[in-house]
Amino acid sequence: MNAVFDHLGDYANGWFTTIQLAVLSFLFAMAIGLLIAAMRVSPFQPARVVGTAYVDVFRNSPLPVLTLLFWFGLPKLDIGISRFITAMIVLSLYTGAFLGETIRSGINSVAVGQSEAARSIGLTFTQNLRLVILPQALRTVVQPIGNIWIALVKNTAVASFIAVPELIYRTSQINTAESQPVPILIGAAVGYLLLTLPSGAVLSAIERRVAIKR
Amino acid sequence: MRRARHLQVAVLAAVLTVSMAGCGKDKKNSGSGKKVSLKAGSTMEKLNKAGKVTVGVKFDQPGFGQKDPSSGKVAGFDVEIAKIIAGEMGIPEKSIEFVESVSANREPFITEGKVDMVVATYTINDKRKALISFAGPYYVAGQDIMVKKGNPKAIKAVADLNGKKVCSVEGSTSEKNVKAKAPQATVTLFKTYTECAEDLRNDKVDAVSTDNVILIGLIDKAKDDFELVGDKFTDEPYGIGVKKDDTDFRNFVNDVLEKIYKDGRWKKAYTDTVGKFVKEAPEPPAVVRY
Repeated sequence: MNAVFDHLGDYANGWFTTIQLAVLSFLFAMAIGLLIAAMRVSPFQPARVVGTAYVDVFRNSPLPVLTLLFWFGLPKLDIGISRFITAMIVLSLYTGAFLGETIRSGINSVAVGQSEAARSIGLTFTQNLRLVILPQALRTVVQPIGNIWIALVKNTAVASFIAVPELIYRTSQINTAESQPVPILIGAAVGYLLLTLPSGAVLSAIERRVAIKR
Repeated sequence: MRRARHLQVAVLAAVLTVSMAGCGKDKKNSGSGKKVSLKAGSTMEKLNKAGKVTVGVKFDQPGFGQKDPSSGKVAGFDVEIAKIIAGEMGIPEKSIEFVESVSANREPFITEGKVDMVVATYTINDKRKALISFAGPYYVAGQDIMVKKGNPKAIKAVADLNGKKVCSVEGSTSEKNVKAKAPQATVTLFKTYTECAEDLRNDKVDAVSTDNVILIGLIDKAKDDFELVGDKFTDEPYGIGVKKDDTDFRNFVNDVLEKIYKDGRWKKAYTDTVGKFVKEAPEPPAVVRY
């Protein structure tokens, strides 16, 4: 057990990097998700095609492949970015595809009459989406978005593939020093639970507050 | 012109045929017919009488034992050493059967008699000595440093890694060795050395450090991109594995090694193979007769 407690500082370092990576990636992914969802329900066909292609590419590519491909591929195009930023971009793009689909399903759950009414009073597509559809759509998909957030928190572990010093990378280093994989991995699992369990509680609270009383 | 070329080819072919015929005659003389004095009843004598020997080598290790997929021939330092030992037993090159021995099956191949000896980047250690016997060492490998071609960061020795970014593989002894010998180095860890090499190519790290034999394998694939520093900071003595307690055979191989250290054949075998990757002057290790 000492193997774990002697390295609390290393765990903490990794844990904070994991939080930063998860939070920043989620913010960007949310922006991407809203954009993609809007494109996929847009009346403009090329936007729908691009949105669909984006989802097909990023939802169906394995995350480790994307991560290594970006890290080793971008320098070939003379794009020099740090390990952390590379991981953040990949996680945002990947998670954005899932968020896009989830938000779209929320949009589809809003009764058609809402949209017809918005159009009949002269709102444009963007106004309709922003003022009428999305406020209703997002409320219904709080839990699915929460699921994606929790998946994202754990997916940050792929950043260790490109040596970003997040929780899993630190865990392997601790393991190299101590050679006690079982307690050390349990320590890492606790680290993730400290992030994901409160997230679950917060999500339920949000869902209760924003629920549409029908 | 075309006719002239045809003629050249024909002449060349004729010359080759004649010279090869000559070789064949030589082989016969130096082969089983050659007077080699071998201890009666020993492994060497048995192999000499059989006129052939089976040697376990690596097929995938550039510089030591690597099979050329087109010609089917194995080449490398281990292969050269095996050829010399066979020659000393009066066995010609063409009667040597090279068998691929990956790391995990080297001991079983020897104990089950599938091979007569193993020359396959085979580190001498006590655990293995319990199962088989080692002649040699004939080479000392060790952890070394790989840098970009031209050594832009001027890394000459392990101490120069302090303050530099060094790549190694997670959980490896290489990682621990770097941290011990260059505590101020920033160590980046990947899952494989290929990934480390790619990071070096993209200037994300300044050096890659692990066993020189692995680095030689990486350099072999990208001779224009990487080079070896040539400062070994750990010792991995490579021996020749034979059946446990076959003391006659082990002594014989050790005698051969000491002989070729003196007469320059070891040096030639080295410079023709591993020496192509490493600039350092070849220095044969002292044979350990335990």
